[in-house]
Amino acid sequence: MSTSILERPPARRALPEPRNTVGSSLVTMLRSNWRAASLLGVLAVWVLAWALFKDQHTLSIAGSARTPVFDWLGDRSDWVEKAASSGSNPLINFAGWVADIVDSVFGWLQSIFTVAKFPRPLPQVGWLGTTALAALVAYAAAGWRTLALVVPCFLAFGVLGYWDDSIDLLLVTFFAVVVSCVFGIAIGVVMARSRRFSAVITPVLDFMQTMPSYTYLLPFSILFGIGPAAAVMMTLVYAAPPVIRITAHGIRSVSGPVLEATDSLGQTSLQRLWNVELPMAKRTIIAGINQTMMAALSMATIAAAIDSPGLGQPVLDGLKRGQLGTSFVAGLAIVIMAVMLDRSMSAAGFRAELAARAGEKGGPFRKIGLGLAAVGTLVALYLSHSYVWANEFPLQPDLGTPLRNAVDSFGNWLRTDLSHLTDAIQRVATDYGLNPMQSLLADSPWFVTSAAILAIAAVVGGRKAAIATVLCLGGIVGLGLWNHAMETLTACLVATIAVVVLAVVLGVLMGRSRRVDVALRPILDAGQTLPPFVYLVPVLILFGPNRFTAMVAGVVYAAPVAIKLVADGVRAVSPNTIEAAEMAGSSTWQMITKVQLPMARSSVLLATNQGLLYVLSMVVIGGMVGAGALGYDVVTGFRQANAVGRGLAAGTTIVLIGIMLDRITTYGAQRASSPASRA
Amino acid sequence: MFHTPFPKGSTMELKRPRVVAAAVAGLGLAFTLTGCGGAIKDANAANGDEKCGDLNVAINPWVGYEADAHVLGYIAKTRLGCTVNYKDLDEQVSWKGFGSGEVDVVMENWGHPELQKKYMVDQGGDGSAVDFGPTGNEGVIGWFVPPWMAEKYPDITDWKNLNKYASLFKTTESGDQGTLYDGDPGFVTNDEALVSNLKLNYKVVFAGSETALIEAFRDAEKNHTPMLGYFYEPQWFLSEVALVKVDLPKYTEGCDADPAKVACDYPVYNLDKIVAKEFAESNSPAVDLVKNFTWTNDDQNVVAKYIAEDQMDPEDAAKKWVDAHADEVNAWLNG
Repeated sequence: MSTSILERPPARRALPEPRNTVGSSLVTMLRSNWRAASLLGVLAVWVLAWALFKDQHTLSIAGSARTPVFDWLGDRSDWVEKAASSGSNPLINFAGWVADIVDSVFGWLQSIFTVAKFPRPLPQVGWLGTTALAALVAYAAAGWRTLALVVPCFLAFGVLGYWDDSIDLLLVTFFAVVVSCVFGIAIGVVMARSRRFSAVITPVLDFMQTMPSYTYLLPFSILFGIGPAAAVMMTLVYAAPPVIRITAHGIRSVSGPVLEATDSLGQTSLQRLWNVELPMAKRTIIAGINQTMMAALSMATIAAAIDSPGLGQPVLDGLKRGQLGTSFVAGLAIVIMAVMLDRSMSAAGFRAELAARAGEKGGPFRKIGLGLAAVGTLVALYLSHSYVWANEFPLQPDLGTPLRNAVDSFGNWLRTDLSHLTDAIQRVATDYGLNPMQSLLADSPWFVTSAAILAIAAVVGGRKAAIATVLCLGGIVGLGLWNHAMETLTACLVATIAVVVLAVVLGVLMGRSRRVDVALRPILDAGQTLPPFVYLVPVLILFGPNRFTAMVAGVVYAAPVAIKLVADGVRAVSPNTIEAAEMAGSSTWQMITKVQLPMARSSVLLATNQGLLYVLSMVVIGGMVGAGALGYDVVTGFRQANAVGRGLAAGTTIVLIGIMLDRITTYGAQRASSPASRA
Repeated sequence: MFHTPFPKGSTMELKRPRVVAAAVAGLGLAFTLTGCGGAIKDANAANGDEKCGDLNVAINPWVGYEADAHVLGYIAKTRLGCTVNYKDLDEQVSWKGFGSGEVDVVMENWGHPELQKKYMVDQGGDGSAVDFGPTGNEGVIGWFVPPWMAEKYPDITDWKNLNKYASLFKTTESGDQGTLYDGDPGFVTNDEALVSNLKLNYKVVFAGSETALIEAFRDAEKNHTPMLGYFYEPQWFLSEVALVKVDLPKYTEGCDADPAKVACDYPVYNLDKIVAKEFAESNSPAVDLVKNFTWTNDDQNVVAKYIAEDQMDPEDAAKKWVDAHADEVNAWLNG
């Protein structure tokens, strides 16, 4: 996801300034309303043009058509393939060499934990040793509370029946995260130091986060071969940007006075980095590593399409065989892993911050505890190496099978006749929501739609947004998939509107009541980490293969983030303000609409931006459940040799749409929260 | 007595002996546990007697393919001592793997002239792929309707009547036209050209995946809603819902040569096995097994049903079939 807004923490709201004169209030009213008025004007002209020139110059092409642009892109891919097999290009050879190293290291790791290397019938260390090792690391890095979380989670992997796949996924994730951090923290530091470097790198990071992974699945499997190397590389592309961005943000936010104080003692730049900036930014950097870990984990299912080891494979297998239960149980293991890693990293970060500021705490209890744990781990490792019962996870207790059956029954129940209700919902939403908007965007002549989008960008985001929009729209037209792009854009916009509505409603509820927050938050966390493929099937069962289904899947995926952002924003509204408003006699409704929401405005805008980007990232999956358009084009490019160029074009188009929408919402949010525009 | 370096009266004085006792108890327990259960001994080297080595079998993402691949792999593992590596890859990536030695066998190929052109020497390719003959399965692609529709509208199986029924198949995705559902983007399809060249009042809607297509057909039969969609044989779902084929103009040789002008039904595909040239020329005992492997659509559907509907592990499903067809398996191994 583009986290450009993350680099600017939302400004804290001050109390609204009192209005001075009638004149100034009139001017401010006009100024705050001119934007709305111009937007309405643009819309009116657009609808008029649509009515007059519908279905002309829509730039639509057949699903299997090939254009010169597609052919050119396809030829690039062929060239890479030839170069890879002939060994003639040094860069490509380098990639192959890197892949070989990654494959060997990973193969070695696997032979220790998950794969039996002949003649040994079982891996070197099995479940007991691995769990003990993880417990030791958790205790040493993050304390006994984390240990109490980590051990049951590891046991859960085995009890659900996916021990080997879970450890494989952990290995892939750790590998990708370690490599990301080694390079990422360095790049983040350079970003923090140099504005120019930052300006160059930021669009690259945007690209890496918005380019649909399916687009580069094929090129990566050509460059890095078939195996864990390609999977690790793919995960890297998506997972590295968070740690880079957040490290840059952390280093930039190291307090000025502290730097001054240490500088005055005389130190080189490198000393400053090592002794002051990195330690002070440690907690932020660890938060960045956390984000990277979550991002890496979310690539599990997609990487499985090129035979990556891990939990992604059972999820895809369940989808392939129409077994909802299998997908769900594997998905549950992924959620457990995500929660475990997230909480552990947060606890480790907290501990690191304490250590940086106040020196390592602990005392004799801790040292003895560590010593005991180390001894226990060694014993467990030995047992695990030598005895079958400590190596192969026991078949009983088995929670996986009953869970699988329960979910399958649920799936069957879903298939019973809810169809009247669900059909009605789907039909109404499509006929009254999706279709009118899609017609406006896709059936108008392309120059009319472009002009309208440009005008909206200019009004909402100003000149910088307009420039970005021109460039992106130009690219979209040039790539040749305009009509599909407009269809995809429509679906994204409608889904985002739904996400924002949900975010505001549930976010306000959560922000106002601790109890609702405690109840909802775990569901939201699960919703964010559960692989989307898992809830695709139930949604398909309910609504059939069409754009509405794709939208629902997108909303389910994007809503948790947006809801949490709004909830945090609402909660952050200063209690003094709330008290003042209460004392002035506001009703609940007035409190929400006139105090809490406006004060949390930047959070709502951030939620819109992030919601938009998360929805966009579901476009490809949407293509697998009936949305067609760009999502389907991307997957076709991966699956069919004749369509590789089209797939690349579609992927790039999605990135351009993402950049355009991100710039419009970011600059729009900046303008909306700048003091000059406040009433 | 333990020497206590801690201040008198501190809790450590009392704790330390306890801590040591706990450690001793723990170690004692651990050593007792070593008495339980079997030790891990290196595997019997007899497993790898035959000079088979690794056999890399690609698994393309449909259940019918899994059936073929796992039956082959099970026999190779248990009767020939091969180390079988299954790799979950789609068609395009599998063929690319021939050249690099990462893939030895693709068990079920549906035509794919564009891949043949790239990798088979007699079609102008680089020669890394070799055709190893038919699997015995005949692939039939076509347009299908749920059985209730064939009962209620018997003439719907003739394509000439499709325009008459177009309004039945209208959905929110196709406006005023009827909807023709296509499936997985990896599957061969001429449907857009067909709809346009046969002048049918339909729009192709890409359901996007085999799962989506199957759920939609299941729902259509259950709730008696009209549905026209791309489907194929062999496929395990047909034993659950016996979809009925709509007849398009008969296939004639060369009628699908130009993809834009296709106006005929899909040909019957003699599904074949493609192997890497390296593998074909090696002296692995698995080479003959792959070459001799042939079975029927019914065989594949049975194993596919074990995997998809009965939720058996593919290896177990393969074992079940192999145990029940010992004669055939012996013929492959010896003939």
